[in-house]
Amino acid sequence: MTLIPEFNFSKVFLEPWSTSTLINWNGQIMLMGFMVCWTCGIVGSFIVIRRMALMGDAISHGILPGLAIAFIISGSMGLGSMFFGACIAGLACNFSIEWLHTHTKLKEDAAMGLVFTSFFAFGVTLISMNSHLHIDPGCLLYGEIGLVPLSEKWKVFGFEMGNRSLWTIGLVFCGVVIGTIFFYGPLVVTSFDSTLAKSMGIPVKATHMSLMLALALSTVASLEAVGVILVVAMFVFPPVTAAFFLQRLPTILIGTFPLGIIYTWGGFHLAYWLDCSIAAAIAVVATLLFIPACLLGPNGGILWRLKFKT
Amino acid sequence: MKAKPIEIHDLTVSFQKKPVLYGVDLEVEEGSLVGIIGPNGAGKSTLIKTIMNMITPNGGYVKIFGGNQKNGIKRIGYVPQRESVDWDFPVTVMDVILMGRYAHTRWFRKIGKSDRQVAQACLEQVDMTAFADRQIGNLSGGQQQRVFLARALAQDSSIYLMDEPFAGVDAVTEKTIISILKNMKKEGKTVVIVHHDLATAKEYFDHLLLLNMRKVAYGPINQVFTHELLQKTYGGKLTVFSEIASRAAKQPEIENKMQRSEN
Repeated sequence: MTLIPEFNFSKVFLEPWSTSTLINWNGQIMLMGFMVCWTCGIVGSFIVIRRMALMGDAISHGILPGLAIAFIISGSMGLGSMFFGACIAGLACNFSIEWLHTHTKLKEDAAMGLVFTSFFAFGVTLISMNSHLHIDPGCLLYGEIGLVPLSEKWKVFGFEMGNRSLWTIGLVFCGVVIGTIFFYGPLVVTSFDSTLAKSMGIPVKATHMSLMLALALSTVASLEAVGVILVVAMFVFPPVTAAFFLQRLPTILIGTFPLGIIYTWGGFHLAYWLDCSIAAAIAVVATLLFIPACLLGPNGGILWRLKFKT
Repeated sequence: MKAKPIEIHDLTVSFQKKPVLYGVDLEVEEGSLVGIIGPNGAGKSTLIKTIMNMITPNGGYVKIFGGNQKNGIKRIGYVPQRESVDWDFPVTVMDVILMGRYAHTRWFRKIGKSDRQVAQACLEQVDMTAFADRQIGNLSGGQQQRVFLARALAQDSSIYLMDEPFAGVDAVTEKTIISILKNMKKEGKTVVIVHHDLATAKEYFDHLLLLNMRKVAYGPINQVFTHELLQKTYGGKLTVFSEIASRAAKQPEIENKMQRSEN
């Protein structure tokens, strides 16, 4: 048995696109990947510049009990109940962390570690208790973007609109883009200097909450594709990688778009070659791109720093 | 009678039951250039932060132009300590100064051309025009301080609060700050500055607040900058401070200046 399957260019890069059925199937996977990377990349950019990358981790795990309770109450995976449950749990997670941090002697990182793991454990317990719900915990944890084309059809007033997962992430993506364009100013000012924002009458807390909601929503929409663990990679990798090449936030935000395409395209074909999980392969490609960026990036890359020192 | 820009009454602030400020009363006249002086841990920054509504006091109140604080702080330009923000933040010098303009736009509106012109003018005032497109992380400490100052100028406020703007800056920056302070005074702005250097306090400010948990003294610099009051300010805390205070107050040039101004 060989560890790595033999690399065959036409098999890896051309075969997935050789028939119209395959193009349709794999096209949906790619589209899902693009939109997951873009949505998470934009939300993640704000999370990272606020030095809250770990909060992203916490919230993405913390929504699990909300999802589980929504499943149990509604008995189905309705979009509305999923989003509602996730938002409530996400905000509860955020409030619990802040409360512990301000009202006890716990530091923020310890509070975070406590809260999100307990939320997560609670969620996993609920899901595995109710095995009749037909939710595969593994799928929630790791996601399976390869099965996205199998997702049920979304029906609006009896009209079939097409793949539900794609619609979900598409709507969240549009919401995030519109929100970013309209509220760019408050988002940037509150991130950079919250005192200044407050003194100008910008609602600092509300902006923070909206960002946490956007985080919860994009996690839910990405869940089927990449799962709650790897979604953190989708939040953190694009802005961090882009920041090694670009100096301004607007360009970093735009930079997440090509990065999303490369991640998905690379990850998809890597998974096709190695016959592994596509979501994991996407995260591996993101890592492989991060390393040269960290070394060679003109904006703070390690080699550039050495050059300037000498 | 016109309302005072800053009016503080019986202000008490404590952190985890340890008092930091105790019963501070203060009325700052419009157009004055006030230095806040006191030893480390005297509550200088705390006072400024309480005025900015970043800290909720345990007792007493702050009024700004006679009105409540929440609306009042919109008329204050705040220059925080340099370390208070993340300088790796992906914005350019120009972006930071434009942030000062959000006070003058509706918060969902885009920054316009006139805002850019104002920002450009403010950059010129602090002599940083050449750096407009630099990322803020690639600036020296003094340049960073000047960016903060330009941002405050762009806010075009009636009151300015500055937290140690002179700390660790180069000579050029120090000169720039002084000339800007003079301009602000000319325009009738009220400026309050936390300052740590006794030796320069005398030439920078026209009013002085001596603070060590309590208000030791407040008034025109000639009346307050005295050996006795300085020793009272620095003496209660630690003997080291008391030595610094007496050394500074005994400095011959200051004594001479004082005599000159008294005559």
